[in-house]
Amino acid sequence: MTEQKYKFLSTPRRPVEDRRFVAGRGKFIADLDRPNMLHVAPLASHHAAAVINCIDASAALAMPGVVDVITGAELAAAVQPLMNGLNTPNVRRFPLAVDRVRYAGEWVCAVVAESRALAEDALEKIIVDATPQPFILDAEAALLETSAPVHPEHGSNLLLDRKFVWGPVDDDFDAAAHSLSFSVTWGRNSTVPIETFGVLAEWNGWDRMLDIWASIQMPKYADQIARSLDLPGNAIRVHYDVDVGGSYGVKRGIKHSVLVGYIARKLGCPVRLIEDRLENMRAGDAHGPERKFDITIAFDQDGTVRSMKMRALDNAGAYAGRAPFQLGKPISAIVGPYQINSVAYHALSVTTNKTVQEAVRGFGQAPTNYAIETAMDRVAEYLGMDRLALRQKNLIRKDQFPYLIPSGSYYDSGDYHAVIDKVLAAADYPAMLAERDRLRDAGMMAGIGIAACLEPSGGNSSFEPLLNQSNQTSTWMESCQVNIDALGKLTARIHTTSSGQGHETLVSTVLGEVMQIDPELIRITRPNSLESLPGNSPVGSRMAIMLGGAAARAGEKLKAKIMAIAAHRLGVDIDQLRYEGGDVLAHDGRRFTWDEMVELAHRQYHNLPDGMDPGLASFDIMQVPTGDALPVDDKVQMYPCYSFEFHLLLVSFDPIIGRPDIHSYVIGHDCGTVINPAIVSGMTYGGIAHGIGAALFEEFAYDTNGQLLTQSFLDYLMPSSHEVPAIQIVKHCTPSPHTVFGQKGSGESGYLGAPAAVSAAINDAVSGLGIHFEKLPIRMSAISDAIAAKTS
Amino acid sequence: MKPVRFDYKRPATIDEACGLLAGDDNARILAGGQSLIPMLSMRLSRPSLLIDIAHIPELTTFVETETHIEIGAMVRQAVAQKSKLVKTHIPLLAKALGHVGHPPTRARGTVGGSVAHADPSAEIALVAATLGAEITYRVDGTDEIFDASDFFIGPMLTIAPPTGCLTRLSFAKVPAVCGTGFHEVAPRKSDYALVSAAAQINFAAGSGVTSIHLGIGSVGDFPERLDVNQLCGTPLDDAAIADAVHAAMQMVETVEDLHATAAYRKRVATELAIRALRDARDEISTDLNQ
Amino acid sequence: MNDVTLTINGKPVSGVTEPRVTLLDFLRDVAGLKGTHAGCEHGVCGACTVLIDGTAVRSCLMLAVQAEGEDITTIEGIGGSGARAGELGVIQDAFCETHGLQCGYCTPGMILAAEALLSVNTDPTEHEVREAISGNICRCTGYVQIVDAILLAAKRLGQRNDAVPSDATLA
Repeated sequence: MTEQKYKFLSTPRRPVEDRRFVAGRGKFIADLDRPNMLHVAPLASHHAAAVINCIDASAALAMPGVVDVITGAELAAAVQPLMNGLNTPNVRRFPLAVDRVRYAGEWVCAVVAESRALAEDALEKIIVDATPQPFILDAEAALLETSAPVHPEHGSNLLLDRKFVWGPVDDDFDAAAHSLSFSVTWGRNSTVPIETFGVLAEWNGWDRMLDIWASIQMPKYADQIARSLDLPGNAIRVHYDVDVGGSYGVKRGIKHSVLVGYIARKLGCPVRLIEDRLENMRAGDAHGPERKFDITIAFDQDGTVRSMKMRALDNAGAYAGRAPFQLGKPISAIVGPYQINSVAYHALSVTTNKTVQEAVRGFGQAPTNYAIETAMDRVAEYLGMDRLALRQKNLIRKDQFPYLIPSGSYYDSGDYHAVIDKVLAAADYPAMLAERDRLRDAGMMAGIGIAACLEPSGGNSSFEPLLNQSNQTSTWMESCQVNIDALGKLTARIHTTSSGQGHETLVSTVLGEVMQIDPELIRITRPNSLESLPGNSPVGSRMAIMLGGAAARAGEKLKAKIMAIAAHRLGVDIDQLRYEGGDVLAHDGRRFTWDEMVELAHRQYHNLPDGMDPGLASFDIMQVPTGDALPVDDKVQMYPCYSFEFHLLLVSFDPIIGRPDIHSYVIGHDCGTVINPAIVSGMTYGGIAHGIGAALFEEFAYDTNGQLLTQSFLDYLMPSSHEVPAIQIVKHCTPSPHTVFGQKGSGESGYLGAPAAVSAAINDAVSGLGIHFEKLPIRMSAISDAIAAKTS
Repeated sequence: MKPVRFDYKRPATIDEACGLLAGDDNARILAGGQSLIPMLSMRLSRPSLLIDIAHIPELTTFVETETHIEIGAMVRQAVAQKSKLVKTHIPLLAKALGHVGHPPTRARGTVGGSVAHADPSAEIALVAATLGAEITYRVDGTDEIFDASDFFIGPMLTIAPPTGCLTRLSFAKVPAVCGTGFHEVAPRKSDYALVSAAAQINFAAGSGVTSIHLGIGSVGDFPERLDVNQLCGTPLDDAAIADAVHAAMQMVETVEDLHATAAYRKRVATELAIRALRDARDEISTDLNQ
Repeated sequence: MNDVTLTINGKPVSGVTEPRVTLLDFLRDVAGLKGTHAGCEHGVCGACTVLIDGTAVRSCLMLAVQAEGEDITTIEGIGGSGARAGELGVIQDAFCETHGLQCGYCTPGMILAAEALLSVNTDPTEHEVREAISGNICRCTGYVQIVDAILLAAKRLGQRNDAVPSDATLA
């Protein structure tokens, strides 16, 4: 049992962050007030596309309490365009619309006033003279040459069009006995944190320093703000001691921050923008992928899946940003957990007149997993084969790791069959099947959903150079600083904001394990960006691996120094010493205590080994394991670690009402060595809740005029406590060979497979009627209508 | 999402409230605020004056007469839900109240406010329309009474006088033998209903079923009564109920939105109406079979 | 501008406010109590939940002027304060025990909804717990560990009552 190996790791311990949150003492962005702070409210475009002729803000500016109105023209003259991940220089973007609006809700201008309410009052006085333009909402239609480009300067709506062929696709198709084709669509949804995005900026002209507090989860945030504002990197000070009220990928906020940073500098006073919910939903630039898959899959009569052709068309919305890269990450697990010999992948991303897509939990992996799992179900259906047996036949076996997939990544470790066996036992699968049949006999529609998938983790974003050859980035690091103070207590610094993943717990647990000190006694701080070492923030399920790794390595460096001091003091070789609970024991029984060591390091330089620096501090900047090369021949090693999850659930619904009721939900989860069990379980439960939302409820839906129909929580439906069932997690541990403790990532767990599993359960329920639901979310109305069409 | 500027008054009497209402064309009554305040925050409602009627004592009381239960307009939904009078004498309303919003909104939301707001999916409005409750408005110092059956004329639209203040709802007490049924479906349990149905069967010893009330909500622009009185005198078997509901549903026009098609609403309204009637019947099956 | 006087966490608070200011904004901006959070500002998410006379309500669905004279409890009124800061209430402690939270943003509202439930129902079923928090959306936890926390708190509160000697229960 791996659990026995550790003193603090993998043991049930209270996350240290929880105490402040249960007391309402978190420090969220909206909780921060500064003296004389001004408030910003953006004006939203009513048009899906229009040319801006003139903005008359005179009446607004004349109102008491209104300080300024910023237009896109003013901003474009003063700041650089926002970062674009692709080589599409004519898809330019500024925080406010310049000359033209490209989606309903886009910010046309921004009022700065003494209160948010006054700013909103002033918005109503601004007159925008705009000429509506043709607009496009559908991604396939956007590809047509006849469609108006969202960015006329770019010439078309195509942002990304890359074809990959990994392995002998044609040969495998020729050799296969069968093939089938289908299409599925992942609806536009997002993780929609309960806290909207917010940012507060303050310019100090005497120090020439822009202080920024923001609810961010964004790699290289400070760099991007500095670039856009033409400020030196060391003139931006981002404060990481802000609690973020949920992110799951979406809290990027570059446009907000550039806007507010510009205003703060222009006006010389603190300026805050907190999105309200409407702004967040329609223009927070936090929508997730909206992706259509066309899949052809080749397989043999015995169920062996040989090859897959996948075309993935993503609707990126009105600007590029990093959204197209969400087609890149799934390349790292393009065959899922299966031995599929070859793959042809056609990744397409287009602009449309919808809200801009941003990173969402899994960075495009959940939609792709949904497509792969649907393919497995379709093959089983075609062959009349059991869905589970088909999967078990094609799964990579534990003796095949490390397993090289056609697109160039090695899967590190796993035992997929064992996890599935555990789940089947825990769920009492035969009883579940019997219950499904009993429900069916009682006149209900009942179905079992299964899904197996991977969570690539570690956050080596080598999809960037893969999709954009001018991008030569291979460095994806994380760092940690550790200091033992003169009274002997340990403090570690981490360099990112928290949004619920428990990084303080992670680092204190890891350091406690390495240093053999009670983690409760270790203090974790989050300094500002200027006092920080480089990092890439909590994206790509990476922090257990990367921050945990850096913390462990920094701790080991400290330990090495302690051992060296002890060896010198005791006059023995290091290999005759043993570190134990902070003390160092010599082979002869002598003990060099922690307190003596602190005393020497901080106060007795004369007793330190020759040439050793005083003090007890260390740091570590860690590169992502396995991330040591750029792509070659369209192949690259992406993520170092691959967590596995297997979902099994039973759903039933009344054939007329069509409202799915989840009876039981069991997930098998293997993320290697677990640092904190409650945190990992929580992530998994929450991910499943997100997945249930994506499968059944949540969609940013537009009407034919390009207006977002789901702007509020009255229409964008997120699962409540009634819609998320009790969930059973079955744990398994296959350590990763690439990480310090064998840990893998878990921040996206649950979400990566739940949509596929829920969809599969509903499709199983209606399988007798020959119905396939091919789009998420599957609304109750669609279920009932489809059944009625088949049975009336 | 901050409201426009408005004034706020807290009258102590109904007539004072009516006077304020008459004095400002753009004034609005504020009751529990659970529907109005979101509309204020989104600036969909832009009053110049809000008249808070929460502190008018007579609006917060129940009055029991020989034949009716009168519910003050400001009675909170949670209070009505727990009320013994409602449970005993208006069981259909008691059932419906459990479907209204969720506990925190029921704690503030009022019975009268829901009726005056006239959301097509409102459960209380559906019950009032189904049972033909009397809705009393105070206008210019006098009481005007409306039959809830034809009070609602569109989404958020009623025939209420613009300067009137809703003061109470009056429901006839159910007879000693009476069955009720209430069903609704929504994507999530506490969402606005996509479809709702309410049924009540009144029974009198000796004469059998004396009246059948059936209504459906959320399917059109306002809660709608369905006439199934031809079922009186029949054995109320499943087939007869289904036939009557199908016939009554024939002329009903249903609306479509993102969450449900018109066809869905029609199909499910039919089904829920049947289920509500069956539930009502089953509650009095002992008496029916005597 | 209107004067508003109300009781918050047992102490009288007065403030001057525009009628359009919600109780939520009053609590945060006038009373300086930042533990009550804005999530949707239209009454759906429950992040702004507070107690009025012990009953859970939405502070974004009330104007501050409507709260005149009311007795409000916010998250700052749960658990220790001042010199006792750091002492958790039983429900707060249970949330820490089961990790019934992640980002902490919905947590104050959840805990107050749980307080409201357990003040009237000392032995709730799982379904009753889920109903009591059904108006509070959490995007992190999938509710599982929140439900666990509330059931654990109920158990502990029950044990605490049981521990009281019987002759001291009712004077």
